[in-house]
Amino acid sequence: MARRVTRTRKWAVTIVAWVIGILIFFPILWTILTSFKTEGEAVAMPPSLLFFDWTLENYREVQQRSNYFMHFLNSVTISLGSTAIGLVIAIPAAWAMAFQPTKRTKDLLMWMLSTKMMPAVGVLVPIYLIFRDTGLLDSRLGLTIILTLIDLPIIIWMLYTYFKEIPGEILEAARMDGATLVAEIVHVLTPMAIPGIASTLLLNVILAWNEAFWTLNLTAAQAAPLTAFIASYSSPEGLFYAKLSAASTMAIAPILILGWFSQKQLVRGLTFGAVK
Amino acid sequence: MSTYHSRAAGRLMVAPSVILLFLWMIVPLGLTIYFSFLHYNLLMPGTETWTGFLNYQYFLTDPAFFTAIVNTLVIVVGVLIITIVGGVLLALLLDQPMFGQGILRILVISPFFVMPTVSALIWKNMFMNPVSGLLAFLQKSMGFQPHDWLAATPLLAIIIIVAWQWLPFATLILLTALQSLDEEQREAAEMDGAGPVSRFIYIVMPHLGRAVTVVILIQTIFLLSVFAEILVTTNGGPGTDSTNLAYLVYAQALLQYDVGGASAGGVVAVILANIVAIFLMRMIGRTLEA
Amino acid sequence: MGSITLRQVNKKFGEVAVIPSIDLEVEEGEFVVFVGPSGCGKSTLLRLIAGLEDVTSGAVLIDGKDATRLPPAKRKLSMVFQSYALYPHMSVRANIAFPLKMAGMPKAEIDAKVADAAETLNLTDYLDRKPRQLSGGQRQRVAIGRAIVRQPSAFLFDEPLSNLDASLRVQMRLEIAELHQQLGATMIYVTHDQVEAMTMADKIVVLNKGRVEQVGSPLELYRAPANLFVAGFIGSPRMNFIRGQAAAAYGAATIGVRPEHIQISTEGGIWQGTVGVTEHLGSDTFLHIHTEDLGTLTVRAGGYVDFGPGDTISLTPDPGRIHRFDSDGRAIR
Repeated sequence: MARRVTRTRKWAVTIVAWVIGILIFFPILWTILTSFKTEGEAVAMPPSLLFFDWTLENYREVQQRSNYFMHFLNSVTISLGSTAIGLVIAIPAAWAMAFQPTKRTKDLLMWMLSTKMMPAVGVLVPIYLIFRDTGLLDSRLGLTIILTLIDLPIIIWMLYTYFKEIPGEILEAARMDGATLVAEIVHVLTPMAIPGIASTLLLNVILAWNEAFWTLNLTAAQAAPLTAFIASYSSPEGLFYAKLSAASTMAIAPILILGWFSQKQLVRGLTFGAVK
Repeated sequence: MSTYHSRAAGRLMVAPSVILLFLWMIVPLGLTIYFSFLHYNLLMPGTETWTGFLNYQYFLTDPAFFTAIVNTLVIVVGVLIITIVGGVLLALLLDQPMFGQGILRILVISPFFVMPTVSALIWKNMFMNPVSGLLAFLQKSMGFQPHDWLAATPLLAIIIIVAWQWLPFATLILLTALQSLDEEQREAAEMDGAGPVSRFIYIVMPHLGRAVTVVILIQTIFLLSVFAEILVTTNGGPGTDSTNLAYLVYAQALLQYDVGGASAGGVVAVILANIVAIFLMRMIGRTLEA
Repeated sequence: MGSITLRQVNKKFGEVAVIPSIDLEVEEGEFVVFVGPSGCGKSTLLRLIAGLEDVTSGAVLIDGKDATRLPPAKRKLSMVFQSYALYPHMSVRANIAFPLKMAGMPKAEIDAKVADAAETLNLTDYLDRKPRQLSGGQRQRVAIGRAIVRQPSAFLFDEPLSNLDASLRVQMRLEIAELHQQLGATMIYVTHDQVEAMTMADKIVVLNKGRVEQVGSPLELYRAPANLFVAGFIGSPRMNFIRGQAAAAYGAATIGVRPEHIQISTEGGIWQGTVGVTEHLGSDTFLHIHTEDLGTLTVRAGGYVDFGPGDTISLTPDPGRIHRFDSDGRAIR
């Protein structure tokens, strides 16, 4: 694209694109703004966009009333925990499939992916009953296990596509240099795949953080992560717009920022490497 | 690179993943199928009896089931149309030279990172509320009667919310695909005398074809089981107007405590998803070979 | 230390026998080159020796001991790969030190050995760089450095120069040959380039379709190729092959004459032809001569020739250097 684009055209495109972009982003922007308003201003008609008395009162109140921080920690524990366990299980598997392929490797990968297609409602009942009988209901451990299992195929797939890009000769060189299998994976493969592993981690933390089927059905007061906590605002309490907004802003801010950093890898991860 | 030693190691390394996923797939699904043949109510433990296909008969002849199937499909198709058409247009727009492209990209993809419960509640309360929502305000200020989205057109409301979440996904993937188009191909077409429209039809569209397929299939998987958005906005109502299959099964199991009926519904949902999945697997399988 | 013996080594990938059966003896301190066209099985053979692939049947002996089932790490062999296979996340120092670290050698000893190897290979100034900051030739040296520090029984080279440009290739060829003289270690070198094979080898193994066509010193192969394949593969430009009447005159199905063994003159030769394309290399001139019954022949002449395209020319092969082959392509001795 080394050609000149007329300035008028560039400005026109810029204006149209920004108007659309801001419209798409507006609900998030509006939520963030509302979180700094008083409840009165939040429902005022006509609404005020920027000129109101900015306050942090809502944030304080959300924390005081509902122990927001505990739910935040639940989200962190569950999303990081399930991703970390998933990576530990998936790295060896992805290594084997990328560098020791057999005739069945492709079928195996497809089968793993197919577990992802099983709709959650199909197994809701037995999982709920198993959890109830084993005391895993409303526990962080139980939710971490479930999220590990549902994210495992994506983790394996993402790692597999990244590992595939590492030339096998380098691993062979390590083997010739006397490295054991573990040394080969720890000293050579993992450091080389750090960027891929990092983006896998990032995407899965995002997916786990936002998971809203199992978190809603398997948790109550104790282990509820933010997804389930926010759902409690669906009651009339949700009509306190400012507080709803404050709680929402806190719930989405960390992942929004992570997401901005990982947008490139996101495409690759979500399409199982089909679009890069 | 395969010797006896490395092959054995390979099997050992894959084993944990395979075993875990196998158990995850087989055990609960087996139980679901088993339960679906039982009369099993959570409130009356110990009274389970074998009923054969009775649960299926009840579930499939329940008028709510038919509504749920239709609603499920309406949600899938509606969201797909909005996101694909909107996604292609947005991707083409964002691919143009402009100022602040990077920041704009970030703005556009942001809704995808918002957790479903948050986006549903924001839309429900702050935008679609007929008294104090922003949309109502806009309508009133233009002299119209405010529209009660969730009561009058609940399904449309849900489609809008879900589409808002998935439009960024479609846009991002299509934009990535667009940017991977070989510039020389475009230039060659230009040298061959193709104008902007023919370039779009003959060069850009075929190139996007694959990305569009991927978007359709992946979104379908997720859209078939939209749940949180319904739970926190309409609770499937009014009546069953916005109940989809996922929500129906949930309601049967955890609101009516009918394990048998819910399991039968679960099996139906699995079968439906499998039909879709077969297409997806074929498609991704082909990509794997490329 | 460093003899390698292959006994009836056979390798199948599925149903395809890439290497039907090979017996080979590599003696201690020898520089052996496996040469052949792509797909001839030379790299597979090297990887069988390295232990990166299993033999389907047969035995690999290293220093007289059966190593057939040993994993690569235990065979005390070093390998230099075509892509160099340097560890991109490690410095040059760490790359060279890696095999020693894996062997559990004390740090001080590792440092000394790395310094030694760097000295030998002129890498001392680059020890703290990452591989991506090095030129192709330097990367090649690091790969060699990584191979020599562990003092292996033998070195394996898998087309190590094919990623370098022409002038660098000539230079590295020399360096590897020097290294061989310096270390006196056994080296097995795989290449598809017969010039590399001719210039470096003590012993050349010519492979074709997984079979050994001939084993011998470079000059043996040049002077007495055992069959048509070796005759055509060794030597540049390629040997001219002549069939039919002209060959029958020598009692053979095919005769071969190298371009450098044909004399040209304006008249009086035994074959006549017209000059086609002439390639001037400065020191030599290659003339492509179209003849009526023999097809096109290539002739090497001196740097200055008076013939141009279209001229009629007369050719005389050196009678002592005509190679005769029977109808199966085997040399008639």
